[in-house]
Amino acid sequence: MATLDGFREARAAWQEEPKAITKIGKAVALVVFSLLILIPFLEVLATSVASGDQITKNGGWVLWPEHPTFGAYSQILNGGVVTRSILVSIGITVVGTAISLFGTITLAYALGRPHFKLRRPLTLAVLFTFLFPTGMLPGYLVVKQLGLLNSYWSLILPVAINVFNLVVVRGFFQNIPEELYEQARIDGASEWQQMVRIVLPLSRAVIAVVGLFYAVSYWNSFFSAILYLNDSTKWPVQAVLQLYVTQGADLSGSTASTFSDSGSAQALQSTQMAVVVLATLPVLLAYPFVQRHFTKGVLTGAVKS
Amino acid sequence: MAGTASPTPPPETGTGSRAAGWWRRNRSQRALWLLAVPGIAYFAVFHYSAFVSNIIAFKQYVPFEGIWASPWAGFSNFSRLFGDPSFWAAAWNTLAISALQLVFFFPLPIALAVLLHSLAWKSVRTVFQSIIYLPHFISWVIVIALFQQILGGAGLLNGLLSDGGMHAVNIISNPGSFKPLAVAEIIWKDCGWGTIIFLASLANVPEQQYESAALDGCGPWGRFWHITLPALRPIIILLLIMRLGDILSVGFEQFLLQRPAVGPQAAEVLDTFVYYRGVLGGDWGFSAAAGLFKGVIGAILVYSANKIAHKMGEEGVYQ
Repeated sequence: MATLDGFREARAAWQEEPKAITKIGKAVALVVFSLLILIPFLEVLATSVASGDQITKNGGWVLWPEHPTFGAYSQILNGGVVTRSILVSIGITVVGTAISLFGTITLAYALGRPHFKLRRPLTLAVLFTFLFPTGMLPGYLVVKQLGLLNSYWSLILPVAINVFNLVVVRGFFQNIPEELYEQARIDGASEWQQMVRIVLPLSRAVIAVVGLFYAVSYWNSFFSAILYLNDSTKWPVQAVLQLYVTQGADLSGSTASTFSDSGSAQALQSTQMAVVVLATLPVLLAYPFVQRHFTKGVLTGAVKS
Repeated sequence: MAGTASPTPPPETGTGSRAAGWWRRNRSQRALWLLAVPGIAYFAVFHYSAFVSNIIAFKQYVPFEGIWASPWAGFSNFSRLFGDPSFWAAAWNTLAISALQLVFFFPLPIALAVLLHSLAWKSVRTVFQSIIYLPHFISWVIVIALFQQILGGAGLLNGLLSDGGMHAVNIISNPGSFKPLAVAEIIWKDCGWGTIIFLASLANVPEQQYESAALDGCGPWGRFWHITLPALRPIIILLLIMRLGDILSVGFEQFLLQRPAVGPQAAEVLDTFVYYRGVLGGDWGFSAAAGLFKGVIGAILVYSANKIAHKMGEEGVYQ
């Protein structure tokens, strides 16, 4: 019933029926904009499963594969550089998101408690880094001095806490009524217990959204790898894909498998597009579950009462 | 008093020093401090100690000698920087792209949000929102790959053009069209996501305002001018001022990825300049000077933008 209600036009009694031309104009604008977003995804997906012949016939792209084949996927997932890079990306994303959420939540909680004596100086110190972001070279020198060059930690630790995310989470925590903390304190709960038992269960929306922000930024990052990992066999998938984007590098050639048909440019094209699809897929899978929390999670935190 | 803020708990049989007493009495303060330690350590190491290494801008930095042992160079890195035409070219590109973004990108999310807000069908609005937020979460590597696939030499657009008997157009690797292309890319990626904050402001407008305006004979345009726009005004002004303050940052990855295709004349911005001259070129002190220059100007601009926002009665970013 609810979904049916949603599809009915919910115009209030005082609202005049818009002119037909207005309605058509709005519809055209929105549909065109949506198609501009969706068609590139469709094209890449279709090209990745298209046969070499069809790609040749069309000159490099396919919108609708006539004889879909997953050859490109089995080729790149066959244990070569691309497979390895995807595993690296998964590892960085999982470990990084866990560390980021822990650091962000604990610091946001402490900075959100009004009676914390160091609250103001520490908050100012954190916000100052927003005013004066760390430059690329100073950041590089710190990573180097810590001996993290060529280590996977260099992809996580330098970006562990994002000030924007921290402010959002702190704002959300501060909107939780003080009486709830009071009640827990009377029951003898420590600060840690108040955080875990009272605050976190009420903050699922903001944690889901901020967790997605962190996960996406770890998954999508390629420059830290180029900057810090000299050994390109350690690179995550976005850094490997970057070789194709900037240099037209052949990603199928870097796989361990020998695919008999991979000589032609068209077979290469489907391989490259398969890498693009695999590099996009986790974001597309996580997105629908978190998307409904965006407004509630982010804006109630950012627009602090 | 040196030990007042020490994170290490004193022994149980303390000598009765003030620090130890404070530590025992303030269970809650101690717990909050411990909770803050990991995050504070992060900012101390990766921001404040990095901040200190900016001094290589005043040194003749030699990597294997380290920051402190490298010889001082006074302001020679800066004078070399300001005398370098390629630095000013990068600065000019940055400002030009910022200006294009401001004119062509900034207003679009506002318009799109107003359009979405005016839709009477809630579920249609939700579907469109899901679609237009999505590109924000796609990496720049993939965004550029998608653009190459559509607009590149062997891409969809040129395929359609040649099918139609027209000449192929070179958009992706043409330095002349690079700046508009870069703005188109940012519109594709972030225009939809940009609506979220305007939609939230619009959602806060009480429905009764629209209703009573309509009953007073105010048409759709009148309601737009007298209710919708004033509701958006504070957030538009705030974001505009913050964008002006951030005018030296146009994004880094987007330009790094396309610089090889179109060349530095078109795609070199301040951040890529620092990377190419410093990390790749090995001219560390010089590039650190460029980065520091950008950072100081940027901080002054953001700070003044925020002050102006306060003066205009808006909330500003730092409460």
